[in-house]
Amino acid sequence: MTNETIGTVDFSESAKEKKIGLFIPCYIDAFFPQVGIATLELLEKLGCSVEYPLEQTCCGQPMANSGFQEDSAATEAHFVECFKDFDLVVGPSGSCVHHVRVHLDAIDEAPPVRKVRDSTRELVEFLHDHLKIDALPWAEFRHKVGLHDSCSAVRGLGHTRPSELVCKPYFSKTRELLKKVRGVELIEIDRRDECCGFGGSFCVTDEAVSAKMGYDRVNDFHRHGVEYIASADMSCLLHMKGVIDRLKLPMKVIHIAQILNGGPL
Amino acid sequence: MSLPAMIKLKNRPVDPEALAARFIALENHEITHDRLVWRMRTNRDEAIAGVPDWQELRELASQIKEHTLTHLDDYLEQFEENAKNLGTIVHWARDAEEHNATVHEILKSHGVKSLIKSKSMLQEECGMTPYLEKRGIEVTESDLGERIQQLSNEPPSHIVVPAIHKLRTDVAELFAKNLGTDGNNSDPHYLTEAMRENARPRFMKAGAGMTGANFAVAETGGFVVCTNEGNADIGASVPPLHIASIGIEKLIPRARDLGVFIRMLSRSALGSPITQYTSHFHGPRKGGELHVILVDNTRSDRLGSDDFWHALKCIRCGACMNTCPVYRRSGGLSYGATYSGPIGVILDPGLDLSKYRELPFHSSLCGSCSEVCPVKIDISDQIYKWRRVVAEKGLMRVSKAVGMSALGKVLPHPELFHAAELAAESALAHTPRFLLYNTLNPWGKHREMPAAAPQTFRQWYIANRRPK
Repeated sequence: MTNETIGTVDFSESAKEKKIGLFIPCYIDAFFPQVGIATLELLEKLGCSVEYPLEQTCCGQPMANSGFQEDSAATEAHFVECFKDFDLVVGPSGSCVHHVRVHLDAIDEAPPVRKVRDSTRELVEFLHDHLKIDALPWAEFRHKVGLHDSCSAVRGLGHTRPSELVCKPYFSKTRELLKKVRGVELIEIDRRDECCGFGGSFCVTDEAVSAKMGYDRVNDFHRHGVEYIASADMSCLLHMKGVIDRLKLPMKVIHIAQILNGGPL
Repeated sequence: MSLPAMIKLKNRPVDPEALAARFIALENHEITHDRLVWRMRTNRDEAIAGVPDWQELRELASQIKEHTLTHLDDYLEQFEENAKNLGTIVHWARDAEEHNATVHEILKSHGVKSLIKSKSMLQEECGMTPYLEKRGIEVTESDLGERIQQLSNEPPSHIVVPAIHKLRTDVAELFAKNLGTDGNNSDPHYLTEAMRENARPRFMKAGAGMTGANFAVAETGGFVVCTNEGNADIGASVPPLHIASIGIEKLIPRARDLGVFIRMLSRSALGSPITQYTSHFHGPRKGGELHVILVDNTRSDRLGSDDFWHALKCIRCGACMNTCPVYRRSGGLSYGATYSGPIGVILDPGLDLSKYRELPFHSSLCGSCSEVCPVKIDISDQIYKWRRVVAEKGLMRVSKAVGMSALGKVLPHPELFHAAELAAESALAHTPRFLLYNTLNPWGKHREMPAAAPQTFRQWYIANRRPK
């Protein structure tokens, strides 16, 4: 999961003048359009120039993650084709962005491929590292929020110091952003960055283990009184929502973009 | 990766997913297992919080191992020479068969009929115990957990705590059957004492003691065995003959390098600063005989593999198992292999790819294993790469292959993808519940399906933000 390509392109100056390609992962497009809308509106409010390439489909992760390097090649090539003319690519998904930056290697490393991989950013890191936003005056969310940092965001993209690295000073970009929202009450749980068990195709091929991990994760939030599980990864939330709905628990899931933008829910 | 001739390629694959489901269905076992194993992880966190230079130690340990592995031929010869100078008899074994035959030969030439051994993953890997038993030698495990596993006729489920998947009531039942204890008494002190009484005479009558080794030091020709029960020491001290099996990757160059590894081993494993016993063996004791068998068994093949040689840095601490959310839910036996957990997922396919082809998929790729590994093995990346190997060799289970190949054909084409998306949404919205939630749909067994959105993001975008 090492993130060998981070930091190769510096956007810290004039991020707002860049032409941003909005990358909305396939499952967000189909199941959670409100997350795409929140991401787009938020970036627009922050003064960014954003365009959503209509031909985009997927980054290739589902196949590559399952070992099917060859089957992901055409999808990866298509992804690069869609985004190669943008200065940078921003998407609200840790795992998809992690794939693009670290694992998109089923196709040859031609200059446009390298460019797209280097210039793709997950929403949280774009807001925190590049826009360096200090205020979100429009944002208010008066709820008890449990933060689910996804594994690819924590250990792949470095959103947060992983719990394993106890000797390093703690930081969390996601928490920093949520602290700027009025009313958010962040709730601590027992196992801060335990995997929720989604894991891509793992969630169906290893159904029993995946579901048990999901139940344990959701129950950890529930017994600490969390009202909303928030995350930068909708795929984890899709899985946990499935558990919450099955257990009929009084909890909801929400993408961090929806909190930072003030909706839509 | 080339596979040695000894390995049968037609072995039936282990099905870790089905075995894990069975373990979870036991419920009490899985809950207890997850709690106990997670406690080892949090103990580890607390222990290393007291070592401010932990990250530097990890880097150093990794570099020492990489240096040793890239000069392994020299260090092995150095070790052999120095060990011989100490009076140790050194043997070489290319594979498991040679290792087992060597052990048998030594025992036979000394007329040994009964053997007491401490825990050795390498001897497990070689299938040594059944080999010797078939030849009339009585083998007794002296580590409590290993003995429990031996009596259960099961392999160890964890590298460090071999019977951690069992409840103490399971152990009470097992001992009642084998040692004649009270099956209703599951008090750990009672059970341990019963095993102690049973083991003592076995130590006394054994003609030979066997150990593994945690580290073999090239510059001295000595080796180190770390245990918490002191059982290796009795095995090496009471019988006149001591045989140690050592994987060739256990070498470290200098005695002072132990200062790095000993600090890390038990902190990573159990969260204790050091194991109760750290025993150094330098040649045979007075009147005794010491044999060392240096074993390859696919390690050289692995050393030649660009993607997977780093796994040879492993010091068998088990930290990756303790942190692994999949391992904690599955129990170690669900891996059906000598090595379980994340390290097993990357070691076992190298021993028998056909048999262990499913293991790389028994992982959510959360990456925690790579972060806890004291010698910085890129375990998670190697799991990912083993998936590719399985796919490339055509060993992927059909149910996994079909869907992915279909996805790979749809996703590069926006028009196909968007049509499929709308069809799926419409299907989700209009399918009766009994069709969504049945045994053919693994998602729906324990989770609700997501509700279809009335409009995709793309449709919303076209309606609300006309592209320029």
